[in-house]
Amino acid sequence: MRALNVTKVAALALTFAWVAGCSSTSTQTDSADMGGSMGSEGGAMTSGSAGMGGLSGSDLPAEVANLQTVFYFDFDQSTVKGESFADLEAHARYLSSNPQANVRLEGHADERGTREYNIALGERRGNAVARFLMVNGANAGQVEVISYGEEKPAVMGHGSDSWAQNRRVELKYAGR
Amino acid sequence: MVIAMKQRLLACCVLMLLAFGVRAELVIEVTQGVDAPTPIAVVPFGWSGTTPLPEDIAEIVSTDLHRSGFFGAMKRADMLSFPQQQAQVFFRDWRVSGQNYLLIGRVSSTGGEQLQVTYELYDVLKETRVFGEQISGSTRNMRDMAHYIADAVFEKLTGLRGAFSTRIAYVTAQSQGAGQHRYSLQLADADGARARTILESREPIMSPSWSRDGSKLAYVSFESSRPGIYVQHLASGKREKIQSFPGLNGAPAWAPDGQRLALTLSKDGNPEIYTLDLARRQLTRVTHHYGIDTEPTWAPDGQSILFTSDRGGQPQIYRVYLADRRIERVTFEGNYNSSGKLTQDGRFLAMVHRSAGAGAAFNIAVQDLKTGRLDILTQTSLDESPTIAPNGSVVLYATQQGSTGVLAAVSLDGRVRFRMPSSSGDVREPAWSPYLQ
Repeated sequence: MRALNVTKVAALALTFAWVAGCSSTSTQTDSADMGGSMGSEGGAMTSGSAGMGGLSGSDLPAEVANLQTVFYFDFDQSTVKGESFADLEAHARYLSSNPQANVRLEGHADERGTREYNIALGERRGNAVARFLMVNGANAGQVEVISYGEEKPAVMGHGSDSWAQNRRVELKYAGR
Repeated sequence: MVIAMKQRLLACCVLMLLAFGVRAELVIEVTQGVDAPTPIAVVPFGWSGTTPLPEDIAEIVSTDLHRSGFFGAMKRADMLSFPQQQAQVFFRDWRVSGQNYLLIGRVSSTGGEQLQVTYELYDVLKETRVFGEQISGSTRNMRDMAHYIADAVFEKLTGLRGAFSTRIAYVTAQSQGAGQHRYSLQLADADGARARTILESREPIMSPSWSRDGSKLAYVSFESSRPGIYVQHLASGKREKIQSFPGLNGAPAWAPDGQRLALTLSKDGNPEIYTLDLARRQLTRVTHHYGIDTEPTWAPDGQSILFTSDRGGQPQIYRVYLADRRIERVTFEGNYNSSGKLTQDGRFLAMVHRSAGAGAAFNIAVQDLKTGRLDILTQTSLDESPTIAPNGSVVLYATQQGSTGVLAAVSLDGRVRFRMPSSSGDVREPAWSPYLQ
């Protein structure tokens, strides 16, 4: 068989293999630091956790510390629900009076349906919240929308309760 | 040189396995075969060497053929003898034990790590030799030699080109607690063996897509905290970020010519399909609609792109012709059709499908584009990410087993099914390679 008849090139190929194996062992993106020892032989390693994760509850600006930061949606819907209005208006007021503040809106979907379509759905939800904030006084430049689709569920599980908690937009104030 | 490249890739795999062990190995379980699979006995190959060989070629061939569903492989324990050449074959014994075909072979060393493998296929009922071949390789690529033999036997007996020598890429996600996950992009043989990690990240990895020559993967990674489209060369591990606009950067799909990618961007306000000329970095917008347009996939002739759109109210699959941007709707049955993939002849469209009706499940379906007939191939409930073997025989997809994501496969005619449970973590988004040179 021709394709596997490698006698002539075997020695050369083996040499290549060592070189390739060694040179590709630790391909990393900039500032790679996974904070652990992960082998990624022959592959690559990303720079790990996002530096834009936003602030956790206790770090929120005092004016918005008691407001909801997670807003839920109905199945296959991207309409902001009435129950979210009051807190989103308060976030918008804060952004309006603090032009240096920025928020990141992370849109999510439940696991049903296809992943790329759900990414699009998550973005639509994020955009709906972004529009709501802007109508109520926030500046376009203060709001960024990122969709994770179904890739980062808030809860695991495959029932309607889990799905309801995963169809959401998370509002995060960017690090000061 | 092709041979050198392949050899180099293989040697790489072996070295890495030696050094780091196998990760997330998948194991195939045949859950349903054809009604009457053809019985075949694959006898352990003879070996004249003194030290044991690293792989059992006959076992790999036997497993390949068995899991195709087209063959029923005889158990070794039931064999009365282990013939290695024609003179040792007693057809009557094999006939009595119900076999139609017999595959025998022998391995010999030709110095160092070099091996020569001779195999012969016999028709037990006609008592004739169907064909045989002698192939060369090394102790480092015995799995490839075995898959090659399985491909040859499969093609000889079914008339269909075998896809045992191909590869699959897939994404795994392992929970690290506290909402954290470790995502990885894996590359394995089509039988799940020799899995290796080609990318790891704490942020999601999505939508791997093979270049048509099998040398590169495009995928989506959120490693910069925003989605970006990357291309990674498999031999070197070298990777490049090729697209990262504000908003969505998703669903890369390599064109048949290898020069362009179709992709989804929402930089103009909402998700639209674009093509990107890779050499010139030239972006061309293909769709113009306020609805969601995503999940592009190329027709094999490169003249049109199929995509998912909710322009009609629910996700359905449409086709856009690149020459005149004419758009036609392709799917009509059910209230959710998405993630379409075409067979190489362009005739069959595999997709995620949900029937009309409350509480209907998401299944894999296939539509014959010639007759319009749609068949639902799976009975589970959260099936997604269909990808078709290059010989068009099998659709591989992701589903749930218990609460774990696993890969499963079904033949396009629905007769053969198998699952590939993983040893760890959620497995998702399989992408079947083209034929590899």
